[in-house]
Parts: sequence; structure tokens; C-alpha cells
Amino acid sequence: MAELKLPELAEGVNEAVVSFWHFKEGDSVKEGDEIVEMATDKAAFNVPCKFSGVLKKIAAKEGDTVKVGQVLAIIE
Amino acid sequence: MRYIDLGLSDYKEAYRFQCEVRDNVAAGIFGNTLIITEHKSVITIGRKGSENNIFKRDAIEVLKVDRGGDVTYHGPGQVVAYPIFKLENEARDIHRFLRFLEEVGINFLNKYGVKGEARPGATGVWTGDSKIASIGIGVKKWVTYHGIAININPDLVPFSFIKPCGIDGVKITSLAELVKEGLNIQDAKRDLKESFEEVPLLAEAVCKG
Repeated sequence: MAELKLPELAEGVNEAVVSFWHFKEGDSVKEGDEIVEMATDKAAFNVPCKFSGVLKKIAAKEGDTVKVGQVLAIIE
Repeated sequence: MRYIDLGLSDYKEAYRFQCEVRDNVAAGIFGNTLIITEHKSVITIGRKGSENNIFKRDAIEVLKVDRGGDVTYHGPGQVVAYPIFKLENEARDIHRFLRFLEEVGINFLNKYGVKGEARPGATGVWTGDSKIASIGIGVKKWVTYHGIAININPDLVPFSFIKPCGIDGVKITSLAELVKEGLNIQDAKRDLKESFEEVPLLAEAVCKG
């Protein structure tokens, strides 16, 4: 089991909002897949998955604000 | 840096094209590429945007798009640059890239004797109390897409149909309102391309290849 966390997107940027998930719980994902799109004020950023496996749990819903380092998803 | 001028383009067609280029840059097939175009009239809503910020649309198409930011208008007379750049190493900072685009816009205006400035918390390029360029980006596999739109001599009326960038009471201006003579879209495209080549900081890091 591995936790996918929100990576650092920019200096001084501590949080971003979930725009939408490209995958749903139960889907197979592989390392490098763009798994979720996040948005800061003027930038939309796709977070690449760091692990391969099954998307077990989505820990932040669309519209949620997530801090850098906070868990986005659990991959098993 | 490769340079592609799409002429006057349909937003959706240009969008498909920039995505294709982006995927090729991400795959290492293309080097960094700058696409410059003018769009046929369209209103786009970014990820932070809301349809509530569109008051009127007449016959103008409205599209939801995968860039940051709120509502904006594109139309003939506005030059739009899509830098499809691979961000590597210290350049992997999406807000630093926004600052880079502001610098490019300021450098461009300088060529016309217009003083542009960036405002903290209000991404874009401003001159006096008005906004002249809008910025919103997307990033996929650390490759940028979308970009900056600078008003050269567009019809500014459609901006009154929307709340640009979702900011209350923002005034939109164009180069034509500030510099009366000698404006030409082809020259503006060339000058904007040059600005991308001239601006230091990230320009050096990302414009190679």
C-alpha cells in the first residue's frame, strides 16, 4: 500500500484544489499515469502517479483543497 | 525553440493542435515549441471559473477549458501564445512559469514604449489601472500548455459581456488604445516570439532545444 501525496508545485504555493480525477476507485493505475488534475489560481496541473497498482481510495474529492504533502490517494 | 504560427484559428482546432504538440514534447519527439495564433471569437472558462461570470454571450461560443484561471475572451486582434515547454530541474515551479510569462508580456510591451507590470495576486500584465494581457496555464507531465493572450487591437466590447478573470471592475485595454499608429498583427507575433527568446530567468532554462 502506498500513499500518493500532493507534490510541491511551486515555491510559496501550499495548497491546490482538486479539479477532477482521471481514474476512479478500483481502477488499475501505473507509474507515470496522470491521475488527478489540481488547480491553483492560474495553473492547472496534472499529478503523475508515483506507483503502479489499484487505486484503492480517493482521499480528496473534486473541489477539495489539499495541502502540499497531504494524501490524495491510496494505491495498493 | 520551434515556432509555429497558426494564423487565425478556431479555438477548438488550435486546442487539439497544442495538445498534440504537448504530448510530443512530453515524449521527447519535439523540442520546446512556441505556438502563436489569433482566435476567432470565443469565451473560455478556466478551472477556477464560473458561468456566472458571463453576463451575455450573443453568438459567441463558450467553452470550458483545462487551464487555470477564470473567464476570458479571445478574438481577432488579440495575439495568443502557447509556449509548449518542458520544465526541467529548477524550472519545475508552475508559478515561476507564470511570472516568466508576465515578464515576456512586459518585455513585449516595452518594444512599443508601453510600461507593463505584474501585480501580486492578480496574474497577468497590467498597464496603469488596466489589464492588457491574460495568463492561464495547464501542465501535463511537466510540459506547459495554454499561455498568454495580449490585446493588440481587438474589439474590446465582448470583454464587457464577462467578468474577466472573475475580478470585479477590471478594466481591459489594448495596445491600440495606448499606441495609436503602426500596429500590425504579424509584427506583433514576431515581437512576441522575440520576447520569448529574450527574457532571461526561465527563458534560458526552458527555451533550449
